[in-house]
Amino acid sequence: MSLAKITSVKGRGVYVPGNDIDTDRIIPARFMKCVTFDGLGEFLFYDVRKQADGTDKAHPLNEARFKGASVLLSGANFGCGSSREHAPQAIQKYGFKAVIAEGFAEIFFGNCTTLGIPCLVARREDIARIADAVNARPDLEIELDLNAREIRFGGQTVKATIRETDRDALIHGRWDAIGELLEGRNAVLETAQKLPYLAA
Amino acid sequence: MAKSLFQKVWDAHHVRTLANGQTQLLIGTHLIHEVTSPQAFGMLRDLGLKVAMPHRTFATVDHIVPTDQFAEPFADPLADAMIKELRRNCAEFGITFFDRATGKQGIVHIVGPEQGITQPGTTIACGDSHTSTHGAFGAIAFGIGTTQIRDVLATQTMALGKLKVRRINVNGRLRPGVYSKDVILHIIRVLGVNGGTGFAYEYGGEVFDRFTMEERMTVCNMSIEGGARAGYVNPDETTFAYLKGRPYSPKGAAWDQAVARWRSFASDAGCTYDDVVTIDAATIAPTVTWGINPGQGIAITEQVPDPTKVSGDERSSIEEALAYMKLKPGSPIKGTRIDVAFMGSCTNGRLSDFQEVAKYLKGRRVAAGVKAIAVPGSQGVGILCAELGIDRVFRDAGFEWREAGCSMCLAMNPDKLIGDQLCASSSNRNFKGRQGSPTGRTILMSPLMVAAAAVTGSVADAREVFSVPSA
Ligand code: SF4
Repeated sequence: MSLAKITSVKGRGVYVPGNDIDTDRIIPARFMKCVTFDGLGEFLFYDVRKQADGTDKAHPLNEARFKGASVLLSGANFGCGSSREHAPQAIQKYGFKAVIAEGFAEIFFGNCTTLGIPCLVARREDIARIADAVNARPDLEIELDLNAREIRFGGQTVKATIRETDRDALIHGRWDAIGELLEGRNAVLETAQKLPYLAA
Repeated sequence: MAKSLFQKVWDAHHVRTLANGQTQLLIGTHLIHEVTSPQAFGMLRDLGLKVAMPHRTFATVDHIVPTDQFAEPFADPLADAMIKELRRNCAEFGITFFDRATGKQGIVHIVGPEQGITQPGTTIACGDSHTSTHGAFGAIAFGIGTTQIRDVLATQTMALGKLKVRRINVNGRLRPGVYSKDVILHIIRVLGVNGGTGFAYEYGGEVFDRFTMEERMTVCNMSIEGGARAGYVNPDETTFAYLKGRPYSPKGAAWDQAVARWRSFASDAGCTYDDVVTIDAATIAPTVTWGINPGQGIAITEQVPDPTKVSGDERSSIEEALAYMKLKPGSPIKGTRIDVAFMGSCTNGRLSDFQEVAKYLKGRRVAAGVKAIAVPGSQGVGILCAELGIDRVFRDAGFEWREAGCSMCLAMNPDKLIGDQLCASSSNRNFKGRQGSPTGRTILMSPLMVAAAAVTGSVADAREVFSVPSA
């Protein structure tokens, strides 16, 4: 299986402020009653975006000027809570290609990598600068450079970090591990033989 | 060299190092449920792959099952489609399914231990973040996403980076009326909701040595709420006694061999940890949450925080939480009116949870206007409660006694909060909208505290309500 080498993501941004934005907020559980991930994008942040009657609440994703944004910016501990892949799936299906935050919950971060969504960690003041720039000029292009570990926008450059194993997987096009895992078949059987509880 | 349990289990299951430096880790036991697995089976079919070790994969249905209706089809066609899809996938790929007709169905994290599938020194994965529960047995258990479920189905392995280990000692004795739920709420309050990032938590100390398996499970269950990827307790005699005679436990000579092997996985004395935290049990009070994440907790005797006394980020997060919870800054949490009392979930839906509450609930009544529901975590728990007459005690007190499932923990079934109802809940998450209403409010607490709230109609100190003897 050949996967894209994700070395850079370019696109317009939108800032969804807040810390500890959990997976129930990203995709409320009632929308997980599905047997495929299709169509999850429209329920992204549903309860904070919509009133009970389905009309819009004030939310950055509802603002026309941020339509088409593909880089999501947020605060600390983004994606905490559930292991549900419905959360990164909803983010991807909505049209986001990357997330920048002060920090990520671990399972969410791993799930994103597996879908080829780079999650970059930046300092709070740098995220604030990017957010200011985006709010002033929504059509501004943000570039996430995974090789240089940098984020560039409007002539400015800030540092970003990402766990090395995940950066490596993204830039070398092996973020979906299945191919490599399947290649290890014989080694798996050898390891399994040493574990009595796996005997059929 | 002295090693921790985590290190030993990791080494025993390390298949090889992958190109990006992660480990290809063998997953000995794979548990699946209806919400996160159907897409994984879909991916498997798309790739033309089979399940590598169907005999090491076990399924149950928990999130979407109605708890007041046993017959199928379910009233909700989406829920009905999900149970049928799981049934079809298990049949097609040869996977054991603890379906409702088996009498063994229940919340996945209750069924695994109950059946003796959860064993020390093993690796366990499940597409559910509370998989950390199984660590109570000295297993390393990971919550995973759907693409990883596909990986485990197809290869019985997954790609994972190694974790650091933080040893958390809780020494001394818990005060009367303080439970394992309070221990974990306290730990998360102290270390924070993301304090565990990059870590597995190893729980130990006198309190854990004395804890029953069910108490250990309650703590390990919520490791993930503290940001830790896994949490575990070293296996000991308590562990082995619990497992003896369970359906999937080894039998005869194999039992003795297994116990010897399980014992060898416990952390060696003198092994090094990446971090050590020590907590004095006597400092832990009955703890309740006041906010919108499990780290926002206080002792029942305390006041909710006042945002004007702090600044910056902390201030705005307190303001946001209090506004959502409709609580007044600086006011006591005790006395806050509740609408619903929920007793159940993979945190506190086990026999001992109902048993402990029943001791105090006899002869008491749920307050007028409070909807109280008690939901056994598995059919097995329900059967034992019925044998012991525990369901009667709950019913007589005015609780609705339901069929096994996740129920109101996350409301992917008909059990939901309505509007801004406030729920005293024995579950594990108080996120905005968690219990099914976008404005519904949740206060997490121990089962006995839920019962105290149910009978008084407001958040209460169970020690007072039930005159819990002070020693
Ligand atoms: S009881 Fe709640 S936390 Fe546990 S598995 Fe079910 S939904 Fe998840």
